Amino acid sequence: MSEKTLPCADHGEYSMVEHLERQGVSRREFMTACSVMTATMTLPALLRSGGAEAAETAAGKAAAGAAGAGETTAWSSCVVNCGSRCPLKVVVKDGQVIRIEPENTGVDSCGTPHVRACVRGRSMRLRLYSEERLKTPMKRVGARGEGKFERISWDEAFDTIAAALKKTIDQYGNDAIYYQYGSGTYQLVAGRAPNFRLLNLLGGYLDQYGTYSSAQIREAMPYTYGSGGNGSYMTEVANAKLYLSFGNSPLNTRQSGGGKGYEWQCAKDAGGVRTILVDPMYTDSMLGKEDEWVPIRPGTDAALCEGIAYVLITENKVDQAFLDTYCVGYDEKTLPAGAPPKSDYKNYILGHGADKLAKTPAWASQITGVPVSTIVRLAHLIGDTKPLFVSQGYGVQRQANGEQSVRAIAMLPILTGNIGLPGTNTGAREGDVELGAVGLPVGKNSVKAVLPFFLWTDAIARGTEMTAKRDGIRGVDKLKAPIKFMWNYAGNVLANQHSDLNRTDAILRDEKKCEFVLVIENQMTPSARYADILLPDLMAQENFDYAADGYASGTGSFLVALQQAVKPRYEEKSSYEICRGIAKRFGLEEKFTEGRTQEQWVEWCYNETRKKNPELPDFAQFQKQGIAKMYGKGKANIALEGFRKDPVKNKLGTPSGKIEIYSARLAKIAAEWELPPGDVISPLPQYVTTWESHLDAKAAKYPLQLYGLHGHGRTHSTYHNVAWLRELHPDAVLINPVDAEKRKLKTGDAVRVFNDRGTVLLPARVTPRIMPGVVAIPQGAWYKPNGKGVDEGGCINTLTSHRPSPLAKANPQHTNLVDVAKA
Amino acid sequence: MTQLGFFVDLSKCTGCKTCQVACKDKNNLEVGRNFRRVSEYAGGSWKEVHGAWQQDVFAYYVSIACNHCAKPACVEVCPKGALAKRADNGLVLIDQQKCIGCRDCEDACPYDAPQYNRAIRRMTKCDGCIDRISAGAQPSCVDACPQRAIEFGDVAELRRQHGSLAAVAPLADAATTLPSLVLKPSRNSRPVGDTRGTVYPPKAE
Repeated sequence: MSEKTLPCADHGEYSMVEHLERQGVSRREFMTACSVMTATMTLPALLRSGGAEAAETAAGKAAAGAAGAGETTAWSSCVVNCGSRCPLKVVVKDGQVIRIEPENTGVDSCGTPHVRACVRGRSMRLRLYSEERLKTPMKRVGARGEGKFERISWDEAFDTIAAALKKTIDQYGNDAIYYQYGSGTYQLVAGRAPNFRLLNLLGGYLDQYGTYSSAQIREAMPYTYGSGGNGSYMTEVANAKLYLSFGNSPLNTRQSGGGKGYEWQCAKDAGGVRTILVDPMYTDSMLGKEDEWVPIRPGTDAALCEGIAYVLITENKVDQAFLDTYCVGYDEKTLPAGAPPKSDYKNYILGHGADKLAKTPAWASQITGVPVSTIVRLAHLIGDTKPLFVSQGYGVQRQANGEQSVRAIAMLPILTGNIGLPGTNTGAREGDVELGAVGLPVGKNSVKAVLPFFLWTDAIARGTEMTAKRDGIRGVDKLKAPIKFMWNYAGNVLANQHSDLNRTDAILRDEKKCEFVLVIENQMTPSARYADILLPDLMAQENFDYAADGYASGTGSFLVALQQAVKPRYEEKSSYEICRGIAKRFGLEEKFTEGRTQEQWVEWCYNETRKKNPELPDFAQFQKQGIAKMYGKGKANIALEGFRKDPVKNKLGTPSGKIEIYSARLAKIAAEWELPPGDVISPLPQYVTTWESHLDAKAAKYPLQLYGLHGHGRTHSTYHNVAWLRELHPDAVLINPVDAEKRKLKTGDAVRVFNDRGTVLLPARVTPRIMPGVVAIPQGAWYKPNGKGVDEGGCINTLTSHRPSPLAKANPQHTNLVDVAKA
Repeated sequence: MTQLGFFVDLSKCTGCKTCQVACKDKNNLEVGRNFRRVSEYAGGSWKEVHGAWQQDVFAYYVSIACNHCAKPACVEVCPKGALAKRADNGLVLIDQQKCIGCRDCEDACPYDAPQYNRAIRRMTKCDGCIDRISAGAQPSCVDACPQRAIEFGDVAELRRQHGSLAAVAPLADAATTLPSLVLKPSRNSRPVGDTRGTVYPPKAE
């Protein structure tokens, strides 16, 4: 972005004093400030590090420091889907946002951190005033996907949408309306909720289960533990002696200064814990903060765990008493009735199971690329160190065999009995305290069918062929109708975050298939280009609402007021107002509003939240404070603590009530479901060599494994169009010097990254931080096909496959084979 | 005289660059102009042994603004006396009425602290957020850091707390300009002059 687009960058020639005046410091104040500096010489107490008193002073003084002449401050939040919802203090002058200041109320400590927004939230001003902001309702005038639009009135937009909804419902039924997965706006009243509320009033819509983030872990973990993917809190790491995590970079994916990333740093600073991180990349969570990095080929985590298990079993480092009491299927004696002989975990690992293959460290080494000596050493550390805290990020499971890896990792704490005790974890991702904040009620969806989130392009192209046993359809055996009406709110899945974008593009462009695409957005994203009607949403800084901390804030909880820091500049409307307008076309306005305005709903919802959290101030006081922070709301620091104490009284949610190493339910699914060749669902967790793994025959043609990494500079695709972030976190394909040398590439070279699905153009970044044989692209860059089959936007999803994983029918977006060549 | 300066804890820095964006937001800095800069220094090699990989990779980031040096090269080289150290707190500031935009200071500074503003054809740089500190607040970068890795204050006090290290690779030898900078190294940090690593983003020619 050039300087002209910065709303406040109007530097003329001026002196330092003038500069300060523009910052809100008057000439006289400046002179006074200088003399104060001279007189007192030392800076105030706040400049001393540490100590509650210092932090308290800093908090108070910073507010003073932030406010200049004519400036006002309003509270808002970064409501995108990183999971943190960091509060922002929005500084406004002459009706324009001129600066963002961080949350700094109360004492800043590890237990009560200031929720400091990350690099993204701090750049909010540029997103708010971006050239891509949508200003008015528009209708498509070119071919779908071409991105040609014409301005229309809100009346015409509402009429057109209502007519298309009526036609869809009359002709195909409500099952043909799909609410697309979208996570761009997490605010409690005028975010996603009004969309659901309206569609439910209209008779319902085809919903989805699972998410692009965590579908496989959330699907697979319950087969082992009876419940979902959340483990012990990050703060519990402080009580561990060994922290072992797979594909987890808390300081990338949980980078808020008041979230789990900071909690992790604090837990490590407490001393005592040795940190081992398994990852194809030397991530920004390492950099010397780790005790050991174990580089591993993507998609092979299960093989590493099995190699470790082999050592634990053969060297008698397993907790046999724990396995006998708390688990099913470790050895033959605890196999459930009906399980075949020798189908237990121990026999599988030792090579006495059906595959007759011993999972030795030598075997695991060839698959993972991890040296035998490292595998043996890890096994000894894991077997000999208590408490052991094992966890994983979501990258591990975004693979063709993700469900298997998730459960395979869980075997390490299970085998060693590091479950339900202080300093331990289940192997899942670290947990989070949920506040239970109340949003706008959405009503009940009358459509029974539910689609796996990842199969919507199939539901457009071959909807009525899709069944429960073949495609994971839930609620019904078979879809009644293909998707005919696409409702896309605050999401860029449609043409950016979904896989195989060139295929997706072709399906979306066919107007005979999906007949109507509605997009409600605040930026002209790649997905917005596919709209038939495109409506401009408000951004949080222009809206009146409230938001709660998300799932990445760890043990802290907060509510933050969205105080409409600035008025919308054009014709944008909130999602509440948009949906009210459409409801009116159906004579449902009264039912939609229940007589309340958006503002009144915000107050109503806040008061409902307050009923559950009585320590909250009343609504007026909340608005005055702008933020309410709470600590100690969490009750379950240690995952499965109750079960460990009393496994009879506190049974797990599995059929046996125990940890199911062998899952009879999975055995049944494996027998009944129709799976394509190569897909494996198995009662035991087991390493499966999949399509487009490094061992696939296709590797001869495309020798590099590609995965998407979560960089600092975007939340998925949000913030892509912020020039500061593209400057400081530029997109590039990361490639090891070993692989770069073979291709004669150096940093900065323009390269093609390609496979049978497409080609992207990117600069190369040659770095030893990525493992040889593996390349990575920061996910979320905006898809920009040039009409000649090449994506000039550098979007990884031009290269990813739409083939779903076996069990969750989810996104294997890190399972890709590609090659790289000079462009 | 008090000398103000920055402390940066390299063992905490994650390279997220929130400090840079907070600075850009506060000072309205367009793309290309950065009063604070974060560089990656990374190196190490890989060796395949029996189908598995062995490595000795290292990486870390260094976040640098203006070091308000005790012996500032920019002040020495400025032909118009536009750059000067404040007598009371040692901050190096630019008087833009004197600056002629010759960019000699930019060439002289080993830390790239002077940042040329093409729009006004004058040099600009980190002023230690003098407006904020005068009002009792912290510089924007300090307030912003999610890892609490940056501090600002009397450099003598910072040295008492954190030691006297003022340079690691790829920074210049501290003897050159005597920066008012205190660093806590990361376990990966390499000494000045180290050649095993490379800098990213590469320095523009």
